[in-house]
Amino acid sequence: MKLLEYQAKEVLASLGIQIPPGKVARTPDEAAKACEELGPVAIKAQVPVGGRGKAGGIKVVKTPDEARKAAAQIIGMDIKGFKVPLVYCEAALDIQREIYLGFTVDRDARNNILMLSAKGGMDIEQVAEEAPESIARLHPNPWRGPLDFELNQLAFDAGLGELARPLTALIRKLYRAIPELDAVTAEINPLVVTTKGEIIAGDAKLETDENAAWRHRDLEERYGSVLEGDPYEVEAKKRGLTYVSLDGDIGIIGNGAGLCMNTLDLVAKAGGRAANFCDIGGGAKAEVVENALAVILMNPRVRGVLMNVFGGITRGDEVAKGLVTARDNLKMKLPLVVRMSGTNEEEGRAILKQNGIEPGASAWEAAQKIVELTKAAAPR
Amino acid sequence: MSILLDASTRVIVQGITGREGTFHAGQMLEMGTKVVGGTSPGKGGTTHLGLPVFNTVADAVKATGANASGIFVPPPFAADAIMEAAAGGISLIVCITEGIPIQEMIKVKDFLHGYSSARLIGANCPGLITPGVGKIGIIPQRITSAGSVGLVSRSGTLTYEVASALTAAGMGQSTIVGIGGDPVLGLTFKDVVELFEKDPTTTHLVLIGEIGGSDEERAAELLGAGTRLKTVAFVSGRTAPEGKRMGHAGAIVSGNRGTAKSKVEAFQKAGVAVAETTDDIVGLLR
Repeated sequence: MKLLEYQAKEVLASLGIQIPPGKVARTPDEAAKACEELGPVAIKAQVPVGGRGKAGGIKVVKTPDEARKAAAQIIGMDIKGFKVPLVYCEAALDIQREIYLGFTVDRDARNNILMLSAKGGMDIEQVAEEAPESIARLHPNPWRGPLDFELNQLAFDAGLGELARPLTALIRKLYRAIPELDAVTAEINPLVVTTKGEIIAGDAKLETDENAAWRHRDLEERYGSVLEGDPYEVEAKKRGLTYVSLDGDIGIIGNGAGLCMNTLDLVAKAGGRAANFCDIGGGAKAEVVENALAVILMNPRVRGVLMNVFGGITRGDEVAKGLVTARDNLKMKLPLVVRMSGTNEEEGRAILKQNGIEPGASAWEAAQKIVELTKAAAPR
Repeated sequence: MSILLDASTRVIVQGITGREGTFHAGQMLEMGTKVVGGTSPGKGGTTHLGLPVFNTVADAVKATGANASGIFVPPPFAADAIMEAAAGGISLIVCITEGIPIQEMIKVKDFLHGYSSARLIGANCPGLITPGVGKIGIIPQRITSAGSVGLVSRSGTLTYEVASALTAAGMGQSTIVGIGGDPVLGLTFKDVVELFEKDPTTTHLVLIGEIGGSDEERAAELLGAGTRLKTVAFVSGRTAPEGKRMGHAGAIVSGNRGTAKSKVEAFQKAGVAVAETTDDIVGLLR
């Protein structure tokens, strides 16, 4: 789960990391009130993607009136496909210097990596490219976490030796997000050193592991429902599906992420555009297939559906039954092409044929067929 | 004649009394895999599918001489099951379970450093099969045939797709290995390519990669340094939008590294043929 900035900051504060005073505002009036209490504030759009500043999602204001106006502009704004549900009004800091601090999973090292740099506040990816040596790195032992001397070394390596003590303490606190919350990425950029010498999190990003969600239900309950993301993705999540909205007009259902991605590639190669990615996984049951089709058909852009199932655990007859039932229940009239193979494929194909659905021979043929059919079909 | 799994491999199934464990242990037995037992804590001393059930891996190894294990336990218990297998003396550990928390897999990888003879495949993978000999995992036997093509893949269902196409074209396989789609996993492409390189009966190699991480690039570097295997690579996810999560945590695109473009270019630079679609693989391999 990707937390919003204010949520991530709440979590940081709960770990003992200092954050600036701030208030969440859902309406322009709430933003004005926050400014009254806090003084000059930054009004910040809360969306789970980067680049909100460039998109006009952050405005610095001095008076409650300005805050009201800024919030009215930002709330409801669309930033990279996310409708801004609320803003965070945060008191400005007297900045002496800006540091970068973060951790993520280093896939190549098969370990977590802690990163610290004196060059915070700017695009860290650019720093990583142009001056990789200015980002100090540490792969902590996953069983015991980082030790003080290792963090001390990290601080000196980053050219932040004079702050080694407070940084060591702070990084220890941040690292707790790994064992305690199953965090996979956390970033404080900038980590601000104020003119008074305090070290405060100026921004915060935090992402937790979906695979560990079962042991952090509290996080999901507290933070999961705030975001007004893509309505189909929200509905798919409710129904327990792995679904990503895309901008084309051909609905895709596949089993397995690799096969599903490949189906998108084939549709693109055939000259079509996929409306979504929907992985019904191994062992997909009739109910799951119906759920997938229901979510795909919610999208009015969809003009046809391609289903690609290659069975290992997945049984073709069950998938076919589910598909026929779903099509009938949903009164689907759009073109439907099904490529099915694997366990019990003969039974599955027979069920499809009996019900007037022609199975495609290969994934590539099926992709060409659905592209052809959707081009011929009139928009709904 | 194969890598990792041959006629001498003695397999136990961890979680043999569960629904998935029961079904797939049955399938493994049906194709002639030497399954010698299974584990299910609390059910030691009973029999299941005609096989002895043990409380622990250590007990199973002691009684049966098992050297390989297939893990079919639910995600909250799977990381511990992998470590139990390594500590119990198993040298080939195949974890099928999908959905293990990544921090647990990171700990598992560190733990395995202490067991240099233990090899892990997966997790979140379909396992491996040596056609005509045996399998550990869930790859359907009927889409495979014995031969000289080595196949290694990150994606389960694409593995089936390609194995099926190879079989239909009369190109049998030495061993098929699904290494899994998680960001932190056991054997990598490079590890498996090295094994195929050393296997005299493997003459051809198909490598099915996908976006995310840089394991494909590393395998490409290895192949570029010289190989006797006629190789075709395929990369899925060419049209996947950046930064969107697509089910496999491994499929997150970050930076330039890990993109389909970077992987395709790495293979091309190494002189490896890259298939545009899975349907093109057989033609390029001939």
